[in-house]
Parts: sequence; C-alpha cells; structure tokens
Amino acid sequence: MPRFVPENCGGTVFKVIPFMKAYLALEDGLIFEGEGFGAEGEIFGEVVFNTSLTGYQEIMTDPSYKGQIVTMTYPHIGNYGINHDDEESFRPWLEGFVVKELSPVVSNYRSAMTLDEYLKQHQKIGIQGIDTRKLVKHLRDFGSKKGVLSTVDGDSRRLVQKAKDSPGIVGVDLVREVTCKQAYEYSEKLLDGFEWGDASEDGFDIVAVDSGIKFNILRKLKQHGFRVKVVPASTTDEQIMKLHPRGLFLSNGPGDPAAVPYLVETVRKLIGKLPIFGICLGHQILGLALGGTTSKLKFGHRGGNHPVMDLRTHRIEITSQNHGFIVDMDSLREEDIELTHINLNDKTLEGLRHTKHPLFSVQYHPENSPGPHDSDYLFTRFHEMVAQCN
Amino acid sequence: MPKRTDIKKILIIGSGPIIIGQACEFDYSGTQACKALREEGYEVVLINSNPATIMTDPDLANRTYIEPITLPFLEKVIEKERPDACLPTMGGQTGLNLTVEACEAGLFEKYHVELIGAKYEAIKKAEDRLDFKKAMEKIGLDLPQSGFAYTVEEALDLAEHLGYPVIVRPSYTLGGSGSGICFNREELERVTRLGLQYSRIHEVLIEESVLGWKEFELEVMRDINDNFVVICSIENFDPMGIHTGDSITVAPAQTLTDKEYQRMRDAARKVISEIGVETGGSNIQFAVNPKNGRMVIIEMNPRVSRSSALASKATGFPIAKFAAKLAVGYTLDEIPNDITKYTPASFEPTIDYCVVKIPRFAFEKFEGVNDSLTSQMKSVGEAMSIGRTFKEALQKGLRSLEIKRFGLGCDGHDKFFDIPLKTREAYVRFFREKFQDEELKHKVGKYIAVAKDNRIFYLKYALLLGMTVEGINRVTAIDPWFLEQMKQLIDLEKKLMDVPQGEDPPRELLKKAKEYGFSDRQLAFCFGKNELEIRKMRQALGIDAVFKLVDTCAAEFKAYTPYFYSTYEEEDETVRSEKKKVMILGGGPNRIGQGIEFDYCCVHAAFALKELGFETIMVNSNPETVSTDYDTSDKLFFEPLTLEDVLNIYEREKPIGIILQLGGQTPLNLAKILASKGISILGTSADAIDIAEDRERFKQLLQKIDLRQPENGSATTLDDACKIAKRIGYPIVIRPSYVLGGRAMEIVYDEESLCKYMVQAVEVSGEHPVLIDKFLEDATEIDVDLISDGDIAVVGAVMEHIEEAGIHSGDSASVIPTFSLRKEIVEEIIVKTKLIAKELHVVGLMNVQYAVQRGVVYCLEVNPRASRTVPFVSKTIGVPLAKLAAKVMAGKTLRELGLTTEIVPDYVSVKESVFPFIKFPGVDIILSPEMKSTGEVMGIDDDFARAFYKSQDAALSHLPLEGKVFISVKNRDKTKIVPIAQKIHKLGYAIVATKGTAEVLRDKGIPAEPVLKLTEGRPTIADLIRNNEIKLIINTPSGKGPMLDEAKIRSLAVSFNIPCITTIRAAQAAAQGIEAVKSGKGLGVKAIQDYHNRELKKGVKTCAL
Repeated sequence: MPRFVPENCGGTVFKVIPFMKAYLALEDGLIFEGEGFGAEGEIFGEVVFNTSLTGYQEIMTDPSYKGQIVTMTYPHIGNYGINHDDEESFRPWLEGFVVKELSPVVSNYRSAMTLDEYLKQHQKIGIQGIDTRKLVKHLRDFGSKKGVLSTVDGDSRRLVQKAKDSPGIVGVDLVREVTCKQAYEYSEKLLDGFEWGDASEDGFDIVAVDSGIKFNILRKLKQHGFRVKVVPASTTDEQIMKLHPRGLFLSNGPGDPAAVPYLVETVRKLIGKLPIFGICLGHQILGLALGGTTSKLKFGHRGGNHPVMDLRTHRIEITSQNHGFIVDMDSLREEDIELTHINLNDKTLEGLRHTKHPLFSVQYHPENSPGPHDSDYLFTRFHEMVAQCN
Repeated sequence: MPKRTDIKKILIIGSGPIIIGQACEFDYSGTQACKALREEGYEVVLINSNPATIMTDPDLANRTYIEPITLPFLEKVIEKERPDACLPTMGGQTGLNLTVEACEAGLFEKYHVELIGAKYEAIKKAEDRLDFKKAMEKIGLDLPQSGFAYTVEEALDLAEHLGYPVIVRPSYTLGGSGSGICFNREELERVTRLGLQYSRIHEVLIEESVLGWKEFELEVMRDINDNFVVICSIENFDPMGIHTGDSITVAPAQTLTDKEYQRMRDAARKVISEIGVETGGSNIQFAVNPKNGRMVIIEMNPRVSRSSALASKATGFPIAKFAAKLAVGYTLDEIPNDITKYTPASFEPTIDYCVVKIPRFAFEKFEGVNDSLTSQMKSVGEAMSIGRTFKEALQKGLRSLEIKRFGLGCDGHDKFFDIPLKTREAYVRFFREKFQDEELKHKVGKYIAVAKDNRIFYLKYALLLGMTVEGINRVTAIDPWFLEQMKQLIDLEKKLMDVPQGEDPPRELLKKAKEYGFSDRQLAFCFGKNELEIRKMRQALGIDAVFKLVDTCAAEFKAYTPYFYSTYEEEDETVRSEKKKVMILGGGPNRIGQGIEFDYCCVHAAFALKELGFETIMVNSNPETVSTDYDTSDKLFFEPLTLEDVLNIYEREKPIGIILQLGGQTPLNLAKILASKGISILGTSADAIDIAEDRERFKQLLQKIDLRQPENGSATTLDDACKIAKRIGYPIVIRPSYVLGGRAMEIVYDEESLCKYMVQAVEVSGEHPVLIDKFLEDATEIDVDLISDGDIAVVGAVMEHIEEAGIHSGDSASVIPTFSLRKEIVEEIIVKTKLIAKELHVVGLMNVQYAVQRGVVYCLEVNPRASRTVPFVSKTIGVPLAKLAAKVMAGKTLRELGLTTEIVPDYVSVKESVFPFIKFPGVDIILSPEMKSTGEVMGIDDDFARAFYKSQDAALSHLPLEGKVFISVKNRDKTKIVPIAQKIHKLGYAIVATKGTAEVLRDKGIPAEPVLKLTEGRPTIADLIRNNEIKLIINTPSGKGPMLDEAKIRSLAVSFNIPCITTIRAAQAAAQGIEAVKSGKGLGVKAIQDYHNRELKKGVKTCAL
C-alpha cells in the first residue's frame, strides 16, 4: 500500500513512496520479510543465488533461469538501471528476484529505465531488504530449495506449505517453455564499443538448437563467422539435416537435462554426422547422448568468478557459470571421451570432447554476458573444427 | 609449477619512512612477503630504514639492514649478503625507483642478482610515461591525449594544442609529487618548472584533462603461466582530478554495467601482459566519461600499492603474500585460498558488502597550506569501513576517521562555515529556516565545487539546503548514485528529527537508522538523549549489531578465517570459543602524531598473547596496517574504534580484558568510560591514566616524588591565561588539554600572541582548559621509555634529543644512548622514571619526557602508554618491549620474561623524523611544539657522527660532501654558529651567508661570501637555490609566519630538495657527521641481528640502581 511521507522538513511537497510488504518462504520453513518491488502477486521457483557483482540485466534475461527465484549476493542492485542492449533475450525469465537493496536511482549513460520499472513491465516480483547473506548461507549449507515469493500472502505457515507443494524443477521440462516457437536466422552482431575476441570472415551455415539460447551466444557465433539458423528444441535430426548445416550448436537452457529426452535422442543421432559444440545444458545433453548420466549439484554454480582449468594447456580461465546440474564425471565410460576441463573449486566436470567424432562441449559460458571474456577461444576452436570437417 | 630451487636467498627492498603517498601499507605487504618467502624455505635479506615496521623485526627476515634505502647502501648490502634474487615490488615507489637506479648502474648484473616479480624492462615501461604511452597505443588502448615536455616552453606549446585545463605529471615521482592541474599559462609555467625538478629524469607529461570523469581502479594479479585474475574493482566517489589517495573510494565499482566492467577487465589484462609484469600484482587506473562511456587508461603500478592493501583488506585476498609466492614460481592454482582452504587462489573474489575508504588529512598542522585537493596526494592516512550497504559503510567510515565525527553529521559537531550547529535545536532550526535560501545554496554550491577534506559534510548541507542531486552533480561531477545514497541518509535523518522530543521512536525507524549506519551518538543527537541511553533503548527493542564474515566468496563456500564486520541484520556469524580472550584496540587511521608505531605495538601484543595461549581479538579501522591482516590475531574485527563499536564486540566476545595502552591516544581516550562500565582494562589502570592527564593530580604526583616541573597553570579564560603568564613569566608553552601530537601547542613570547592564541585554542580543547607552562629555553630534551610489571620497572632507553626542548618530541632527532648528559643526570632520570612508574602502578609501558636545563631535570610529560619510540628503542636494544608489555599485562613478571636490567648499547642509534613539506609548497618548515612529521628513520652505527649521517641519508636529506653551504641564523645563534661554520669551512665547503651572518663569520676569520636576501635586489639567495648552486642550508628561524623572507627560502629549499637544517644542534650534528664520513672511515652496513648478537657476546652493560 502506498504511504505518504513529507519529502523534506521545510516544504509541504509530498511524494508517494512505494511500499509493499513481501515474503520469501522456503520449503524447509525459512521465512524472510522484506519490501516488494516490481510486480505484485505470488510466484514459485527454486531459490538460488548468483555471486556476480555486475550483470543483473543479463542474468534476469537469461532463459536458463526459468523456474528459479534468483538471489543476488551483492547488496546494491539496480545501480545502472536497464538498457536496450544488454538483454540476453526479449524478456526476463526468472520467476522472482531477491536483493538486499534496490537502487533508488540509476546512473549510467546507457540506462533506459529502472530495474523496478522493468520488472513491473514484465510482471515479475522482486523483494528487497532481507538478510540475503543469511539466505545464501542457508542455501549453501542445505542446498537449493523450493520457495515462494509473495506480496499478497503474509501467513508464514501457509507460505511454507505452498513452497512445499510447488512442483520444483527436477524432472520438469522447462526447455519447452523457453525455446523458440519456430526457426529463424539470427543477424545481430556484437555491440559497438563492446567487441572482444577474434573474428572470422569465412562463413559456415550451422544450426543452433534453442533450449533457451542467450543472445550473446548468437552474437559470438556470428562474430566467429557462422551463419546461424536457430531451431526449436523439438526439431528432429532429420529436420536438422535437411537444412544442410555444416555444424551443430547446442545451447544453454533451464532445468533438468534428464527432462528433455527428445533432444538427447536427436543429438545422439547426429553424433558423428555433424561437428557439435555444446554449452551448459547443451553440454549436459551431449553428455547424456554419449551415455553418461547427470545429477543435481547441492546449490549449483552461478556467478562470474569460477576457476576452470583447461587440462590440455593447464591454463586457468575465470568463467561465467549458471548451472544446477552436472554431467557425472565417472559416468562417461567410453574411452573415446576425453575430459578436457575441470572446475578448480569443486573438481566437477566442466568440459569434454570426443577423440573420434568432432564434438566438444563445456559446462560454463564462454559467451559470458555477464562474466569474464577468458574463454573466447572455444568459439575459435569450434570454427576450426567445422572448417576441418568440411 | 613448483617453486624455484635455483634461488636460495632473496633480497626485499622496503619503502623506508612513512611519508604522504607511502605509508604502512608497505609494511603490511613487506611483512607478508617476508613471511611467505620464509615459509617456503628461502633466506630473506631486507633493507629498510624505518624502524617502526614489523618487517624490520629481527625475527621476520633472516638478515635485516636498517640502513638508508639508497644506491650506495644497497650495493653494500648486496656485496655483503650476495643474494640470488631481489623482489623489488614490495617497497612502493621508493623500492621501484631504487631498483631502476640500481639496474641502470649495473648493480644487479655485477653481483648476479636476478630481479623477480618485475623485471627492469617492465618497471621502466610502466613508470616511464613515454614508454607507457607507446605501449598502450600499441595494444590499442585509449589514453588522454598528451605529450612530453622537457622545458617550460615545450609545455606551453603542448597546452596550446590540447586546450586548457591540462594536467602536469612529472615522470618517476610518488604520490603524484609535483603534479597539478593548470587552468592557464601562468599556472602551467609554475607547475612545470617544479615538476621538472621533482622528476628523476626531468620529464613531465602534459595531458588532456579528464577532470570530472569517473575514476576506477582494478587490482589485478598474474602468474608465470599468464593466468590472470582481478582481485577487486574500486570506484572513486570523488571524480578524476583528485588523487586516488585523497579520494573517498568504494569497492566494488557501483555504476558499471557488466559490459563496461568486462571491457575494463580486458584492458587490464592487456596492460599487464604488454607491460610484462610476469608475476605479481598491479594496480591499473581508468577514467570513464560519464556522458558516453569512453574509457581511457590513466596509469598502472607494477607493484603492490596502497590500493592493493585496501583491496586485500576489502576482499580477504592477500595480494602481497600471493605475489611473493608467484615470484618464486608458483602459479595461482597451486596456492590455496587461505579463507576457504579448499578452493584455490586462482579465482576472482566476490563480495557481499560495500567497502568505503576515506582519507584522513592533517591540514590543521600546516599554517598557510593550500587545502584544496588536487592530483597531488595530501592525506596522511585512511580509514576503511565495511557495511552491507554504501550508506552504512560511509557512516562507519566517517566515525572511524578520528576527527570527532560520528557519521555523516547530526552528531553535535556540525558547523556550517562559521555557524556552529551543536544542538539539535540549532541544527533543525537552521536547516528549516534556510531551506531553499538562494544565497546559502549559492555559497555552499561554490564551496563544494572544490574538493576539500570536509567536502563530504558540505555535500550533506547542500542537500539539506535543498540543492538537488542533479545540481550537486553539475558542480562536483560526483556520480548521482553516490549523492542519492547520501540523500537517502538525509531523508531518514529528517524522519528521525520528526519524532517528537521525549517520545520513543518506533522500533522500525530505529532499526532502519541502525541499518543505515547511524551511530548511537547521532541518534542521541536526534532524540535528545545520550549515547548510552540510546544503546539501552535499542537493545531493549532487540536491535543489536550482528557480525558478518569477510570471506572472498560471498558465502558461496565455508570460510575458516574469522575476519568480521558489524551490520544490522538477522544472522550473526561469530562463534564464541571458550578460550580466554584478550581484546586489543588499534590506533585507527594514520595521522600526524599517531602512526605506524602504535600499530607495531598492537601487532606485537597479538603475537605475544598468542604465545601465552590467549585468543586475541584485534579491533582496528586502518586498512594499511599489519594489525588488520587476518593472519595477525585470532579474530579480526574491522570496525571503528568508538565506544559503541567497541562495546558491541566486547559484549559478543566477553574477553577477560581489553588492552588500550598500545594503540596510542585513540583507545586510551576510551579508558575512563570503559572502566566505568566495569570492563577490565589490562595493564595500567584507567585511574593512573587519569592521574597523568589531570593537571592537578599530576602535580601532586611530582611533588610527592620530588620531581620538578616547569612552572605552570591552567586557564579557561583569556584573563586567567594572562595572569598565569605574568606570574611565571614569558616565554610560555601553551596547549589545550587532552590532545595528541602537540596539536595546537605553541611557544608564546608575549601577551599579544597569547591573546591571538586563546581565540583559537578554546575551541580546540572543547570544555577542557588550556595548559600553560614556563618554556625552558636552551634545554636538552629527554625521552624515556619504561616497562613495568607493577613490581619491578626497567628503563628501555633514555633518549637524548638533538633539537632543544620546545620542539615536539615526535619531530626531534633522538639518540640512544645519551651523548651530552652527565652520568648523574642520566641516573637521576632513570630513578625518577621508575618512581613515577611505581606511583602510577604502571603495568605495561610508560613514556616520560624531561627537559634538562643547566643541570636541572624537569619533568614535562608522562604518558602511561606505549609511545612513538617503542619500536625504535626495541630495534636498538634488541628487546621487543611491546611484546613483553603485553605479556606483563597478561600477568607475567619481568623476571619470568628475563628482563630485569637496563641495556645500554655500545653502538649508537639515531631516530630522525621525516616531514611532508614537499607536498605543501609554501608552508614554512620550521619545527615547533606542534608535531608535523609523518614518519621516521633510524641510522645505526658504531659512533654518533656516522649514525647521524646515516639517519639524514635515510630521511631523504642527504648531507653533501662538497659544494656551497648557505648559512643564515638569527641573532641569538650568531655566536653559536661560529664553531660550526669553522668546521664546515675546514671540511672544504664554500660558505655563502646573508649580510649579518657573513659579517660575524668574517670577523672570526671564516671566509663567507655575502648573498642578497629576497628583497635586496638580484641575484638573491633564491636565485642561487634555483640554479642548484647551494647544496646545504643552515637557517635558524627568527620568527614565525609564512610571509617571512626566511620562510620562503626554506620552503624553496624543500621544493628543490636541498637539505635544510633549522636548529643549531642539528647543524652541529650534521657537521660532525660530515666530518666522520669525510675522514675516510667511510660507512659500512651491518645487519640488526649482528648488532644484537654482538651485544650479547660482550655482555650487557647495566646501570646500577
């Protein structure tokens, strides 16, 4: 409800301060009371956290966050507002947004609106003013939790029950909700003034399977000389082959890879037929297609500071990460599969390749956005691989 | 890659004395480096002239040379020690400059010493502005347009082309010495002329102004495999144009989108690779145009820095320690993150709080100083604070500054220009009545357009008067994001003020205020209560501080290192152990009068108590220090040192007691109130402290032990003061009570000056009276440090000052052992000091100052706490006094600790003070009872003359061995100067003197060429100085004030880096020193460990009692 406060002690000007109570409840009973922003209402999702200091706009618009309520660990969020260029898709996908403190103003030459306005526009709920560190420590110690974010219900017992009853994301096909409805050609390039990495001129036609693809992957593919046809995740191997691509790209995407068996099946049939590069969910799909298994991490990897070692060069990349599931390292029995990258924090698998077939994939995000630009060489590697195969 | 085994012995170059631009951050870095390298099994050799450092402790490096950091001494050390490698990146600009010099002289080549961390080429490329510019252009990075000038004419031409304003930056200087912004030709001529002088290679860069752009810094690291990480991003609150050391800075960057931040990160990576820093840390500065995002690179430092120390404390990532490990071949992934233990150092820290650093200035010490902030650094220290939000951190930072402020105003100390707003009523009424007052808005708008040390408060006043964020941004270029945060504070403050007097504020409002960082003192002001009432009220409502961890990873991983900050939220992360705990209060930000010496003592206490099995809890707010290294104590609380913050920690941790006497005056000021709350103060009691500080009680004490004191009195009115002065007779020393560093202390010769003084002084001392003492002319001043366990007392050293009494002890050169006093006098002093200790029941350290006039001993001052000279004494006699003091406070006896008799060394140690005058052009450099020095050096040798000579060398005041000496002394000194001039003449110098002095000298048969004073025509002495003809100046002041001819000469000497001696005694010592060095005996070097060992071998000379 709005509340009137005098704007200054000397004058009589009044200003409406938006004020709305909001609650975040986890399935295991932890409850936070804060202030709502963005839209009003009630939503469910898996509560996770991201440790990036910058890049909230990219995070919100990353389709991989479908089904999740995202907590930013850095307390001041919204400082530079929302601009027209830094979107990773046409809308925010996450279910809800949790911050310590929403910035009262925006300060950036590119900013077009405030975070609050943006969330309102897209009917997304935010909560601020809670002890986000306590929440993060809880998720770290007890794992990601199902949660409910509400501005309409203040009854804690009821909220916890709602969180418990919510479907969660394990075994749920979220890809279906974020993939494009029909195939399209992508034609945008990197933003003026923010280019980096190598560019390539000679073009190859490739197909990118959209499980929730980020714009920056498409931009990077284009920069590296690919002409990209983006297709829905349900596209079959025959349909793909009919397009006569020179390579196949498997995108990132939300949720449980085991819940998209149709895509695993498609990929399995294309292994050996096309050079393949997979990122994040694409890596997991490839892992499954190669006969491996996937499992859920306790609280996932979400942030822009994870060290990954390329086992061939022993070089360390600081990577952008966003995943709750991993390919189980021990499940990849086939001796032709080489583990190429590991996460130095928890020693989980970050990348693989096949020694016979032209394919490789990484669990992290070489296209970053947000995050460091250390891993651009993977796009070059893909380009070389496609060139070699053709 | 594993560590290198082909090198065994590594030389580390320290940074020398604390000066503006180079403070104890290099002790922190150097100490970490020494520890890290020894941990890896290397033998460490150290050269550093600063005795007040932890790194020069005899057990830190294997071989410690407290010698001048100059090329000749470096060569002597290398020749003697033959190290395999040298790590040049730990000693700040001093270390790098010396390294470049040594490389160019072929020193490292000659002795086959390998540079590790940064090679000559890399240092050169980063430090030489032309090379740097070329390198940046090569990798396609944008820079401000610029050109080099080697003459004033070239500079003017360049400025024509670039358009004013332009920035002048001399190559190879530290802290931006000699740089400045020039808005017109005249300014440019002046700044260029000086800049060419300051530059080691007489080169200045004339640069396009990026004034008002946003300023950012990245702290980065790189290893031998080209792995690269950003440790911390920093955004400056104050925009470009103000030295980053003088800016309020914030970590992490607040207003960059990820795209912009990553572009900056890419640029930083390119820079460190192109410059060729193979391993270690660097600091890279950028400017961003807020209108279009254009990013230009400003500079890079290929070494650890003030900012890297800040970044380390802000993130928990120890840059210097890891830089040392990388330098010997490790890669980042091979080094475990100390805090998380199980994850590697090859990652980028992320934080879930906001860090604010606020510089501490000391302009009040320098009459006539230009206090506008520019591209040349002027601050003497800094405080850092951590909060969950910028608002909280800013308020905590302001109350950490030790400037008697308790947040962003509304604390009873507000003052709008000359209107004091001490009461709530005055404050509220003023801003209510003057709201939207156009005249005042204009006035404050004009004031904030120029950055000053107190601008932050005037920004607030501007907001309170109704200036808009946009309006303030227009005149200051401070980012609206920061201003809006301040506006939020002010909006909340208004709500607090709206609570009717006598009514209790609603819980929600109070909670919000605490979340916004309001101190209890501020709330007390708002609600018309006192601080402790507020505390009680909020605690009754369950509003208590919680402590959160600094963990490098925003809680993603479990942290094992207990490094905390307070905030007001739900969860507290401290875990209280059952061990016996001792809390140590540090000294807060460095300032003149309270510096690294106290941090040294606190660190020793932490080490000592750990040895005794206590859990140690350190509280401090100074990011530059070793005490705020999480390695130093068992628990670190990075917090302000106010009553409120200390109580928060005390209540949480429940230690058996608090140690206050080692952190200087800051913690000591809390003694009374903490004791009154029933908190156990370890060591000397709060009552004893009160006796020493209370005039009357102190007088009684001295009478009881039959110790003379200069005649004195105290006055609260001008009338009183005049009466007392008449009674005891002029000259008098006058000062406010309860102050540090001789703040506002003056020698007054007549009633007129007394009246002038009283107008200023009463405000300085608040409700406390001014103290008046008879000034003892021509007296020798003595400093004594003593340690006592309450049963027996041992004098650490009796130090004789070179300068006569009347000059602040912190500014005097001081000598161990005494050199001119009769044995009976020294013994009397020792006996009396012990009697004082006995009377005060001192447990721990005590410092007493005496003056000896014509064989009579007067007691000037007793400080029942650690003094500034404790490290100097400890390094000289080889006994860690502060460590022993801590143990004594914890219940050990001196007998148990093995110190029962005095140690008088058979070598000589001279402490010399180092002054910041070069940063304050135009300020007179004469010494007075008001302390002005920022740091100290030590010269040690077998005899006084050589030790003194070394101390001058180390103090960057190299005594010339030939050339012209200019002598001009006041009338009273004319006879005393004769024998000195005689000696100088005999040593082969030509003497130039002003008319009066020249006549006196020639009368005595000493040839002296007369030279004109400034107003006597041309060429004057100033011309000779400018033409570099004068190598040494001896000038004793006849009066005071920056307008005087002689003051101008002295200040010119500083600008041209000519040693300038201002007292007769120092001139005597200098002549002796030069004589010794010229006599052919030469100067050697000796490790401090050898001095101490030799002493043991020879047996200890003791003073019988």
